[in-house]
Amino acid sequence: MELEKLTALQLSEKIRQHQITSVDAVKAVFDQIEKKDKGIHAYLETYKKDAYARAKEVDKGIASGKYTGPLAGVPIAIKDNICIEGKKTTCASRILENFVPQYNAEVIDRINEAGMVVIGKTNMDEFAMGSTTETSAYGITRNPWNPEHVPGGSSGGSCAAVAADEAFLALGSDTGGSIRQPSSYCGVTGLKPTYGTVSRYGLVAYASSLDQIGPVGKNVEDCAALLDVIAGQDEKDATSIGREKYAFRESLSDHVLGMKFGIPKEYLAEGLDPEVKETFMEAVKVLTEKGAIVEFFSMKTTDYMIPAYYIIASAEASSNLERFDGVKYGFRAKEYDGLHDMYKRTRTEGFGEEVKRRIMLGSFVLSSGYYDAYYLKALRTKALIKKEFDAAFEKYDVILAPASPTTAPKVGESLKDPMAMYLSDIYTVAVNLCGLPGICVPCGKDHQGLPVGIQMIGDCFMEQKILNAAYAFEKGRGAFGEPGEGGRA
Amino acid sequence: MAGIIDDATMENVCILAKLSLTEEEKVKAAAEMQKMLDYVEKLDELDTRNVEPLSHIFGDRNVFREDVVTNGDNSVSMLANAPKSKENQYQVPKTIG
Repeated sequence: MELEKLTALQLSEKIRQHQITSVDAVKAVFDQIEKKDKGIHAYLETYKKDAYARAKEVDKGIASGKYTGPLAGVPIAIKDNICIEGKKTTCASRILENFVPQYNAEVIDRINEAGMVVIGKTNMDEFAMGSTTETSAYGITRNPWNPEHVPGGSSGGSCAAVAADEAFLALGSDTGGSIRQPSSYCGVTGLKPTYGTVSRYGLVAYASSLDQIGPVGKNVEDCAALLDVIAGQDEKDATSIGREKYAFRESLSDHVLGMKFGIPKEYLAEGLDPEVKETFMEAVKVLTEKGAIVEFFSMKTTDYMIPAYYIIASAEASSNLERFDGVKYGFRAKEYDGLHDMYKRTRTEGFGEEVKRRIMLGSFVLSSGYYDAYYLKALRTKALIKKEFDAAFEKYDVILAPASPTTAPKVGESLKDPMAMYLSDIYTVAVNLCGLPGICVPCGKDHQGLPVGIQMIGDCFMEQKILNAAYAFEKGRGAFGEPGEGGRA
Repeated sequence: MAGIIDDATMENVCILAKLSLTEEEKVKAAAEMQKMLDYVEKLDELDTRNVEPLSHIFGDRNVFREDVVTNGDNSVSMLANAPKSKENQYQVPKTIG
C-alpha cells in the first residue's frame, strides 16, 4: 500500500484502527521527501528525529485513548511564518535567519492537541509578499506538476508539499490570495477562513487586518477536518471570533440543489486566459448539473480592488515590519555607524527587494500629506467593495470566480515586472479586504497539464456553504489525478 | 492624488522606512513607486466623499481580559535570539555621547 497516496482522513482512520501506525505515516512522508524534495524544495527545514519521536508518542496516545480525533496521527507541514517553540521561524527572510520562537502559535498547540505530527517548515515568499515563492531568501520552490513552473505563492511550499505527497496536510496563510492561488497552481484544495476564525497568535504579521491562517489539503473533507482543529476563539488574539457552531466536517453535504451562485461578469473579462476561462465554465456546469442556480452579475468595484489592496497591505506591512531592527532578534548588519545606521543597514541588508518595495510604498502612503489621499482613500474604497459584496450575498449563497487569471507561470518570469504580478491577484484580494471565506478546488488542467482551480467565496461566517459547494463540486468532478501517475480519490 | 516621487520625497521615504539605499537604488525605487502610484490613482475615479473609511471589517470593539501574568520568565531564551546581549540585557550601539 502506498500510504502517501491516502487522504489525511483515510490515513488517520487506519492508524486509529491499528492497521498502521503514525510512525509508518511519518516514514512514508520522509521517504517521499527524500525522493522528491530535492527537485521541488517545498521544505525549508524538516524535523525527522522529532517527528518520529512525536509519532511514537501519538501512537501511544491513540492506544490509551488520549487522541481520538479524525486527524490523530497525521503528519502535517507548517508554513514558515507560523511560530513553533524551539524551531527556526524565518519567514523565508534573511532578517529572521536565526529566529527561534519561545512559544507556539495557537494553531500549533491545537494541532498538537489533535494528535497531529509536525514534520517541517515550508518555503514561502519572503514575509508572504509575492505570488510565486520566488522572493524567498532561501531559494525557489518548483511546481510538482512541472518543475519549470512556479508553485504560486506565497504559501507555495505548503501547496507543493501536499501536491507532491510530501505532506498529508499543510497550514498556509492568506493575506491576498496566498493560500487559494498556490492551491490553484498546484492542484490542491486550500481554504482561507473568515477573518477572525483562526487565531493569528504566533503568525508573523504581514497585514494584520487581512492575514488569516488556513488549511491546505488533498480534498475538501481533509480541509474541513483541519479547519475544525484550528478554528476557535483565542484570548491571545483579540480579533479572533467565537462561533456557535463549528463541526464543519461533520456538517458537510453535497446538496447544492436550489443553491444560488453568482459569477461577477467583470471577473471573466479581459486579462483572463481563455483556457482558464473555458475550464472554469466547464466546472460551473458541474454545479448546474447538480441543480445549482448560477447567474452572472456585475461587480462594479472590480478595477479598484487591487489598488485598494496594495495600499492597505503595504501600509500595514510598513508598520508591522518596523520591529525588525537588529536589536531583539534575527540578523544585525556587521558594519554600522551608530544606532540609527545600525537599524538602516540591518534592514537594507536583511530584507529582500519585494519586501523593501512594499515597506517603502507603505511608508509613503501613510506619510504626512499623503495619508488622506492614499490610505484613507483606500479604506473608503474598501467600504464600497464591502457594500457590493454585501449586496451580492443578499442574492447569492456563493460567489464563483477563478483563483488566478492564468495557470502557473514559468520560473523567472514574474519578478521581472512586479506590477504585472500584483495585477494577477485580481480574483483573490477582495476576499481579504472584506474578511470573507474562500476556498479553491482543482477543476481542470490547461494544455500544458497545469492545474486550474475554481474559487468559491462565501459571506462572512459562511464557511459551511462554501465547503458544501466545494464538496458537491468535487464529487461531481471525480478524481483529479496528481503529478505523475495514479489518481486520487 | 498626484503624488510625485521626487528626490526629497524619496529621501523622506527612506527615513520613514529606515532603509539606506544607494543613489542608483533610489532612482529605481522612485520609478517603481511612481508607476504604482500612477496606477492606484485609478481610485480617484470613485466618488467617496460620503463614504466612511472602513478599517476593521467587524467594527471597532474592545476586547478585555484580566491583566494576569500567565507566562514565566523567558528572558534567557528571549535574549538567546538577540544578535548582541550583555548582562541579561539587549546590547545596542552607544546612543548617548
